Amino acid sequence: MTEYVGKPMPRYQGLGEVTGTATYVDDVQYPGMLYVKVLRSPVARGTVKGLDFSDTLKVPGVVGVLTADDIPGVNIYGVYGDQLVLNPQDLRYKGEPIAAVVGRDEDAAQAGVEAVKLDVEELTPVFDMFEAMKPDAPIVRPGTTSNLFEYDEQGTTTRIIKLGDVEAGLKEADHIVEGRYIEAIQDHAAMEPQVSVALIDDAGRLTIHTHSQCLNYHLAQLCPVFGLSQSKINYLGGRVGGGYGGKNEINCDHIAGLAALKFCAPVKYRLTRQEDLAYTGKRGAWVFDYKTGVMNDGRIVASHIKEYHDSGAYCGFSPYGTEKCGMFASGPYNIPNILIEANTIFTNRYPSISMRGYSVLNGQVAADVQMSRIAEKLGMDPWELRFINAWRDGDMGASRYVVDGVGALEAMKRAAGMAGIELPDKLLQMSSRSR
Amino acid sequence: MKKRGKAMSLVLHPTGNKGAGDPSQAAIALRPDGTFTLIIGTADLGQGSNTILRQFAADALDVPIENISVNNQAGNVAPICTGSFASRVTLIDPHAVVNAADDLKDKVVNWAAGMWEVAPEAVTWADNSVFVEGDEEKTMTMTEVGEGVVGSAELMIGTGAWYPAPFTEHDPETGAMESVGAISFGCAVVEVEVDTETGLIDVLSVIQVWELGKAVNPLTCKQQINGGLSVGLGFALAESCHPYYPDAAHAVEHLTDYYVPTFADYPAEISHGIEEVPHPAGVKGAKGFSEGSSTVPISAIISAVHDATGVWITEVPLTPEVVLKALEA
Repeated sequence: MTEYVGKPMPRYQGLGEVTGTATYVDDVQYPGMLYVKVLRSPVARGTVKGLDFSDTLKVPGVVGVLTADDIPGVNIYGVYGDQLVLNPQDLRYKGEPIAAVVGRDEDAAQAGVEAVKLDVEELTPVFDMFEAMKPDAPIVRPGTTSNLFEYDEQGTTTRIIKLGDVEAGLKEADHIVEGRYIEAIQDHAAMEPQVSVALIDDAGRLTIHTHSQCLNYHLAQLCPVFGLSQSKINYLGGRVGGGYGGKNEINCDHIAGLAALKFCAPVKYRLTRQEDLAYTGKRGAWVFDYKTGVMNDGRIVASHIKEYHDSGAYCGFSPYGTEKCGMFASGPYNIPNILIEANTIFTNRYPSISMRGYSVLNGQVAADVQMSRIAEKLGMDPWELRFINAWRDGDMGASRYVVDGVGALEAMKRAAGMAGIELPDKLLQMSSRSR
Repeated sequence: MKKRGKAMSLVLHPTGNKGAGDPSQAAIALRPDGTFTLIIGTADLGQGSNTILRQFAADALDVPIENISVNNQAGNVAPICTGSFASRVTLIDPHAVVNAADDLKDKVVNWAAGMWEVAPEAVTWADNSVFVEGDEEKTMTMTEVGEGVVGSAELMIGTGAWYPAPFTEHDPETGAMESVGAISFGCAVVEVEVDTETGLIDVLSVIQVWELGKAVNPLTCKQQINGGLSVGLGFALAESCHPYYPDAAHAVEHLTDYYVPTFADYPAEISHGIEEVPHPAGVKGAKGFSEGSSTVPISAIISAVHDATGVWITEVPLTPEVVLKALEA
């Protein structure tokens, strides 16, 4: 029997990637290819009062424009189906796509964008989650009455995840440790900026060269936009020049595809690094309030966590993210009483989307610093506090999942050994197989 | 003044979509010359999915790995992969690959049994060939199988699919969601030096250990652990698109205002460790972990800064401005 699994092996196709011969989406060229640039909202919140392309169409090299009216299918995409491909009316964040200009080259298309006479009435935006939750706050999503995401049809705006009785646990505890954690917005900064190439092939199919991280998800989102069945789209992908979650979001495929359909030509749409950094979805900001109840001997008996996530102007992945974050936000610890209150709040920022370690990362950072603060409060060694509370096989997490194949203690023992830290025998004798 | 501090951290990283229901499919085609093409719909973004799925395919087929090529760019014929996210591929895709290999082996064994007029149970698939034990006339190399299949007007493509569990929603009252794919565990030990005059933090050393079920490819595991550190360093110390959050003033629009760590910012000493507790849900015990390599250094850095200065700075990232304000408070 062969035994390749477990062996160190060089990366398949790695040679081409490190020597620069691998072909990425931006390397794809077709004769007669057209280029797209997008007109973006200059304001964080506003209403389009006028959109005049007469000067744009006079710019040398401009082939035409693309607006919401050109979309053969629906002007909707996104995991939660709430984003507009091109937004002709109620602008929700600075940089939101309004329309696109197609040109013989990128300079012409950009000159065309700059020639658009855009009249926008600027409205007061809201950027602070806690302001956005107040009743008199500006409303980010037109047609709604609140800036909080509703997790179900009953209008629940806080996702509760609970185990045991957190009030009783906090009452029983010898110590209460509280902490607020504020975590910033991070960009994916992948080496390959967002790009797409689309064309109609000789069978009349729409072919799209994509760097999607999730071809199946994205194809399902794109078909309704184009009004095409899956068999009419040849979605070519598989190689990604770094994603980190940023390519779980469609930024170019929809607009490139629409332009190819309208102008019956190969079209490339790529963002500059600046556009990518300034306008695309990011790892959104999180604020956590932790209240942990702990006994003198180090046992954690209660964990109450309030989670506030800045979703930006659309859902992105945020509702999913707050729930997933919450399921694990009490850390890899056996805690009998847990209450998670997760909130997704809309503000006038670009949408928050997935990013490496998505959502779980944010909760783990807060949970782990909280553990070190608890150790300090108890005057206990931080290793010992974690050893005492770490999951063993069969323990239960916040949303009542039972953990199996646990290795928290084993990871800690090895790390301590590598760091030259001598753990006491009573800790070294502990195993994840039993308590 | 420069102050040094040391701290550890422990985090988890779950693999698979929340609520499950996230399938992957795979197909393996036998080529006319007896080699194989593994066809998947899985995007390889550098994490190495093509590399490890080829390893799984070679072991499942018991053939030399050189005989397997990977096609993950097949566009409109690619099998479905829910996506290269949620660290799900290492847990889920290998099942689909193994199932596809088993299906292909079944088909080839049945075909060979028909050719030889024996029961399928009499045919063995091993060592890149099929044969009937003890009968020297009834043996074919895979090359002969490939040719023979074409000659008898057959097509041999094995298919397989898998997910950890059907999709479930949270219970509306309790938030209960019982299914999680698998969970990996990371521990870091970090030493930092804080310059209390400039607020700059220098990460001197990072030890990072992951319990990841099974190190399918220890080389790419090492690359993920040490590479993922850069996202963690940036998150902990530098990267913020809205530096005066929640205020939108000075929102970053250029790389000159947004500092992504480079190798120059890497600690002088980095080391990684791997611990393997085979996970019951994974093929050969494997589960995903890599994204967590960006998580585990962050809290260790924050706690090490506290060890150095006595101050808990819980507004991340710990830029010089944030650090100085916290130290002065």
